[in-house]
Amino acid sequence: MSSEHAIDLISDFVSKAFEGARIGPEQDIFESGFGNSMFAMQMVTFVETTFDIELDGDDLDIDSFRSIARVAELVARKRQETAS
Amino acid sequence: MRTRARWRDVAQTAVQPFARRIDRDALVPEQVIDALRVAGAFASGFPETLGGPSGSAADPVVAALDHGAMHEAMGRASASVQGLLNVHHMGGSAVARWGNATQKDRWVPQLCSGSLLCGIAITEPDVGSDIAAVKTMAKATGGGFEITGEKAWITCGAAADLFVLVAASDGGPVALLLPKTTPGLHICPIDDMLGCRGYMMARLVLDGVWLPGDHVLGRSGFGTSHVAATGLESGRYNLGWGCVGLADAALGVAMDHVKTREQFGQPIGEFQLVQRLIATMMTDIHAARVMCESAGVARGQKALHATKEATMAKYFASQMVNRVARDAQQLLGAQGIGPDTPMAMYFRDARVMEVIEGTTQVLETMIARYGYAETMG
Repeated sequence: MSSEHAIDLISDFVSKAFEGARIGPEQDIFESGFGNSMFAMQMVTFVETTFDIELDGDDLDIDSFRSIARVAELVARKRQETAS
Repeated sequence: MRTRARWRDVAQTAVQPFARRIDRDALVPEQVIDALRVAGAFASGFPETLGGPSGSAADPVVAALDHGAMHEAMGRASASVQGLLNVHHMGGSAVARWGNATQKDRWVPQLCSGSLLCGIAITEPDVGSDIAAVKTMAKATGGGFEITGEKAWITCGAAADLFVLVAASDGGPVALLLPKTTPGLHICPIDDMLGCRGYMMARLVLDGVWLPGDHVLGRSGFGTSHVAATGLESGRYNLGWGCVGLADAALGVAMDHVKTREQFGQPIGEFQLVQRLIATMMTDIHAARVMCESAGVARGQKALHATKEATMAKYFASQMVNRVARDAQQLLGAQGIGPDTPMAMYFRDARVMEVIEGTTQVLETMIARYGYAETMG
């Protein structure tokens, strides 16, 4: 799966979660006022089920969830870890 | 994994005979805990890879439903014992979900065997539903955290060996693994609870407790949004099932009574007003069970709506068990309000269900927000 495709899927999820708002890949989700605790857990569930990865406590870095692009980077890293 | 019938058998033989004693003594006897260990009850709901039930990884939906069946069976036998297993899984599931490899290796096998009992310490004297407002402070120092504060109404607080503690820190809410033997931790049992007296409820006073950095679960800033949320979602799922079991127990006593109690020359169960109560109770219990099953399927599938389903199941089931307990008690007349009767215990235990793991009112706001989010975009 390409990085662009991952960004598209994450963008769709984020947009659906926030009234169809268009949020750029580099835009800070939390500073933009979109983040909340319900969304935070749903994001974890979404990336785990969509990209077939498992996150654990060491992955809980606020910067990894700050933007769509950062989430895509986390996904790529975890997929690489899983593959290797 | 065990079947629904097998869990019911374990609960009826190893727990139910002790239910009244647990209520009277406000204590779950060690022989009951030992029997639960042997039955594998403490491992229920944990991932198979970490020591959870064998076969559960192959079918997570069946595993989630089986775990629910365990809580239903325990709720029917003793709401106190169901609560003990509930908080064990609330804390334990947070460790299994957000612990790093070292933490999982160190703690989870002992949690699954039941050699360690787990609790979760979120609530404080001034903080209930608004968990992000916890005042217990974890101050980073010396490669760890110095913690000062107080936790209140901690189920299994007097018996747990390990707590998942949620505190505030300069980096945001943080969850920490707190063994009961930690210097500076004072455990103060709370007596004379209205119901679920076997919860072994306690207040935890943290007076300069120091925990090393490797006791942090996840990272600072994620203590409530992820770690506590994981535990609470487990708790709502478990408790929904527990309410179904408790309600079924109350209905069973009422059923026996209306078939045998005669007034005006016939069993009172022949009167239509009594039949209406029985029909309403049966339908209410069935509806709650179906909601719990739906939540179990979503949980097993790791569906995005699983949290909402667990919340709705707990919301409905905890109110349902109060309606059923009230009506069942009504059908028993004076025998339902007498001293040291099962029905009086069911009635008192039912009241607890609408308070813990999110009050009815807080769950209403959560469910509405889930609905708003689903209808956006």
